[in-house]
Amino acid sequence: MSGLPILSLAIWVPVFSGLAVLLFTGPDRNAPAARGLALAGALAGLLVTLPLYAGFDTATPAMQFVEFMPWIRRFHINYHLGVDGISMLFVILNSFITVIVVLAGWQVIESKVAQYNACFLIMSGLLNGIFAALDGMLFYVFFEASLIPLYLIIGVWGGPRRVYAAFKFFLFTLLGSLLLLLSLIYLYLAVDGGSFAILDWHQLPLSLAEQKWIFLAFLAAFAVKVPMWPVHTWLPDAHVEAPTGGSIVLAAIALKLGAYGFVRFSLPIAPDASYAFSGLIIGLSLIAVVYIGFVALVQEDMKKLVAYSSIAHMGFVTLGFFLFSPLGVEGALVQMISHGFVAGAMFYCIGVMYDRVHSRQIADYGGVVNTMPKFAAFFLLFAMANAGLPATSGFVGEFMVIMASVQFNLCVAFAAALTMILGAAYTLWMYKRVVFGAVGNPRVAGLTDITAREFLVLALLAAAALGIGLYPQPLTDVMHSSVDELLRHISVSKIQ
Amino acid sequence: MEKLYLLVPLAPLFGAIVAGLFCRVLPRCLAHSVAIAGVGIAFVASIFIYRDVAAGNTFDGSVYQWLSSGDYVFQVGFLIDPLSVTMMLVVSFVSLMVHIYTIGYMRDDPGYNRFFSYISLFTFSMLMLVMSNNFMQLFFGWEAVGLVSYLLIGFWYTRPTAIFANLKAFLANRVGDFGFILGIGLVLAHFGTLDYQPVFDEARGLADATFNLIPGCDSTAVSLLTTTCILLFVGAMGKSAQVPLHVWLPDSMEGPTPISALIHAATMVTAGIFMVARMSPLFELSDAALSLVIVIGSITALFMGFLGMIQNDIKRVVAYSTLSQLGYMTVALGASAYSVAIFHLMTHAFFKALLFLAAGSVIIGMHHDQDIRNMGGLRKYMPWTWATCLVGSLALIGTPFFSGFYSKDSIIEAVKLSSVAGSGFAYFSVMAGVFVTAFYSFRMYFLVFHGEERFGRHHAQTHGDEEHHGLAPGQKPRETPWVVTVPLVLLAIPSVFIGYLTIEPMLFGDFFGKAIFVDAGAHPVMAELARDFHGAAAMATHALISPVFWLAAAGVFAAWFCYLGQPDVPAAIKAACGPLHTLLENKYYFDRFNECVIAGGARLLGRGLWKGGDAGIIDGLIVGGSVRIVGWTALLMRLLQSGHIYSYAFMMILGLCALLTLTRWLLPSV
Repeated sequence: MSGLPILSLAIWVPVFSGLAVLLFTGPDRNAPAARGLALAGALAGLLVTLPLYAGFDTATPAMQFVEFMPWIRRFHINYHLGVDGISMLFVILNSFITVIVVLAGWQVIESKVAQYNACFLIMSGLLNGIFAALDGMLFYVFFEASLIPLYLIIGVWGGPRRVYAAFKFFLFTLLGSLLLLLSLIYLYLAVDGGSFAILDWHQLPLSLAEQKWIFLAFLAAFAVKVPMWPVHTWLPDAHVEAPTGGSIVLAAIALKLGAYGFVRFSLPIAPDASYAFSGLIIGLSLIAVVYIGFVALVQEDMKKLVAYSSIAHMGFVTLGFFLFSPLGVEGALVQMISHGFVAGAMFYCIGVMYDRVHSRQIADYGGVVNTMPKFAAFFLLFAMANAGLPATSGFVGEFMVIMASVQFNLCVAFAAALTMILGAAYTLWMYKRVVFGAVGNPRVAGLTDITAREFLVLALLAAAALGIGLYPQPLTDVMHSSVDELLRHISVSKIQ
Repeated sequence: MEKLYLLVPLAPLFGAIVAGLFCRVLPRCLAHSVAIAGVGIAFVASIFIYRDVAAGNTFDGSVYQWLSSGDYVFQVGFLIDPLSVTMMLVVSFVSLMVHIYTIGYMRDDPGYNRFFSYISLFTFSMLMLVMSNNFMQLFFGWEAVGLVSYLLIGFWYTRPTAIFANLKAFLANRVGDFGFILGIGLVLAHFGTLDYQPVFDEARGLADATFNLIPGCDSTAVSLLTTTCILLFVGAMGKSAQVPLHVWLPDSMEGPTPISALIHAATMVTAGIFMVARMSPLFELSDAALSLVIVIGSITALFMGFLGMIQNDIKRVVAYSTLSQLGYMTVALGASAYSVAIFHLMTHAFFKALLFLAAGSVIIGMHHDQDIRNMGGLRKYMPWTWATCLVGSLALIGTPFFSGFYSKDSIIEAVKLSSVAGSGFAYFSVMAGVFVTAFYSFRMYFLVFHGEERFGRHHAQTHGDEEHHGLAPGQKPRETPWVVTVPLVLLAIPSVFIGYLTIEPMLFGDFFGKAIFVDAGAHPVMAELARDFHGAAAMATHALISPVFWLAAAGVFAAWFCYLGQPDVPAAIKAACGPLHTLLENKYYFDRFNECVIAGGARLLGRGLWKGGDAGIIDGLIVGGSVRIVGWTALLMRLLQSGHIYSYAFMMILGLCALLTLTRWLLPSV
């Protein structure tokens, strides 16, 4: 391993590139330079994260690439970074998605180009910070700070009801964030001498009552982010108002923060409470899969439909975690990665059509395949991946979680497997109405097929979706040790 | 040899990728050459593998490790044994014929290259399915053939009926797959692996195992193997179109005819039959599951046959016939005669592909008019099509010495000997089905090839859809080009001879060996069949005096009487049994039920949850409610901030008094 602080680079390269891009604020003639610099920054951000995979030691569950520096000594807050086989994957996924997002906004965003790209780059760095932080307060700072660029993206480049969407999101998150902060402080005080080190908290003995309160506080914070039923209603609105790039990051990365919170905080810090509340979480997850599946079926707005389908897919993630088996947890993690690519791609596909027709209503389309055959082929691939077709990444996670839930309880598996029918129904019914058929209206007749840039974005995402589907082994190889350690850890009671 | 195994699926995949990725730039002849070469290689390689397997060499090994998690390992691998090699030969041969036929059939279609890409991709998927050595890959192939079927039914994507049919097909199959994956989950949960061999080896030990549907609640205990088999069979019901999941197959006729032959008759729809035969070590241990299989199969065999009797679209007649024949295969599975089911699967693949391709040839000759009421007397104009179609029909109705006779007669005999619950009903169904099959087959045959020439009349009335034009008045049908007729002839040959040649080794010899397991003690059907078997020729001559033969002959005669002898009879029958005819006309109302109750109900539920749950309760009451409470509170507080000094002064005095009172009351000692 080289001496380079790779995780710091993964965080600060995008952030500083973003700040540099801001220099090109101003008139339109600066836009090409801003775009070019942003792409260079995003690519550099991706490059610096690649050693994380290449140099990763799959044999150990310990944190790797660790960096440590005191930050606020008075409260023992440290700049403490490190990744295990779980968080490492999300750092890479996030950096990859950033490249996609910069490319996706290339010719589409025409106002405030520099600020737009800067927002995404800064957000990318902050999101990497969330996944790499090993200090509770550092995590909290990144967790909250990353919301600011997302607010801006929705608020500035968003649709007509962006204020309502941002307000709703704020209302949902506020309570959870405060409770999260409270439990972080409680944990700090509970350690002898005070510590914000997450790994110390993992070892901290806690009574069942303490664990339950902490678990519920975490749940309030993370459930909104996932989002779990019934605190999910902000997501469709946020997606509808966000620009395409915002939707991609929201679906691909922001939704993963909540689920990541469960793995990093709830399960290892409050294992007994996790077992005690597992029935509740499994129940909510199944409601997400079935209830949301039906709701997705009747959506008339494509973005809302995919947003609801994201909620259903994330239901599989929380379900997998709370089955407490290797297959379930790894399946949930694979589902998170896969959803990053597939949902990102679905939102991108909708964006490609929106850029041309300026509508997201299913009824405004019909027969797109006649004028955009190449696009239709890509869209079909991602629709199938969204419906969990084998050989696409969408299948792997669903398969693993369904297998794990059969072991747990056939009735739970029965409800979970309904996604096989519902997922296909809402995705392919939309696909049928949008893409198939005779040309529906003059706007569809005037469509032009995807450009080389759009082709590149779709091809990158398609390669990821197919690659994971055909050969998921490399993905699960890196998580085995960490997942085993997690499960071993939470199987031991913390009550003393 | 192992490299050859890989070549079998990969050659068609290569063809599919080349024809698919370059479908815009590749000249047509190059696209079809690559695709046909790929499938041809697969066929030739399958022959070599067959010879190797016949010499006693089987193979069970992995190609690569797909995924591992916890203690579980999922592989992609091949199991090459007599069962899989039989399927490989059938699939690659029929696929090759269909590829060649497509050159003629799709000649004028702008999606020519795309079509070749799809059918090669289908061949790849189907081969992966049959060559699999584990449940996971089986499921892969299972869903992949479903995907290609979806693409091909909707091949003419501007037609509303086609894109409705392909969605319906995919969803009906997904209902089956829903059961299938739960069955696979039970296998993994209780056997700890998804590889066939260890699962089959351990099955006997778990024959009496039970598990609780709700953990910890012993009153919900059910038999493990029965539940597993039923769930797996639900998958087979979807793919092999058994009642009530059959609804997608007739509609799938919206696709081009070559794929109706390949996918919706010869290969894909038989995947369910293949799967149950492959799982024979599991199904043999559960009589309850076998009963379900035989009952579902016999319902399909008989009641779908009835529907074939009143169809007027040439492809739909053949489609209902396929449903009914799939029912026969399922009945054979339920009677523990797995090898007979596979035998019928094979003979059916040849003669049904032949019938479909012949129907396609008729459709070309009729300029895409598919209504048999507009045909008649085509024998003169299309001699090759006529002759091969007659061969296919004779094979289908089970004429002695034809291939269909050997397989269907064996099924009927097996059901007769079976003692599993429901076999009595099954025997009645398959016997009645013989008459029905003969009737609808020859009804179609007589209406198309004999009698008066009715074409050229309805040209003006046929609707504006350019795909269904039909012949102009005075225009005569013409025989189709050689690329169409040669596959017909090549399929007609095995339709006649393959049964005679292979019945002895396949059913009564040791051909399948360990690939198919029958518990001879509990289900002695095959052993008793073998005792009564005295050679293929004797079986055929003996059949001439059996009721089966006379039932078929009666069916042919009835068809002749109704449609050539006394053409007013059908109308009279129709008038006499009005309600019955309406029931058949509406296909027992399955479609209506699915559309209104299932699809309509799902939409209603979704809208209710969306508007009522999400928008009403969560957003309206909880989110909106808290916003409103904040608003009301603010409104009240605002009243206090009046800005008048006298009211503030009054408030201060009031507050002071309150504080003093409070102090006095709380701290009385001061």
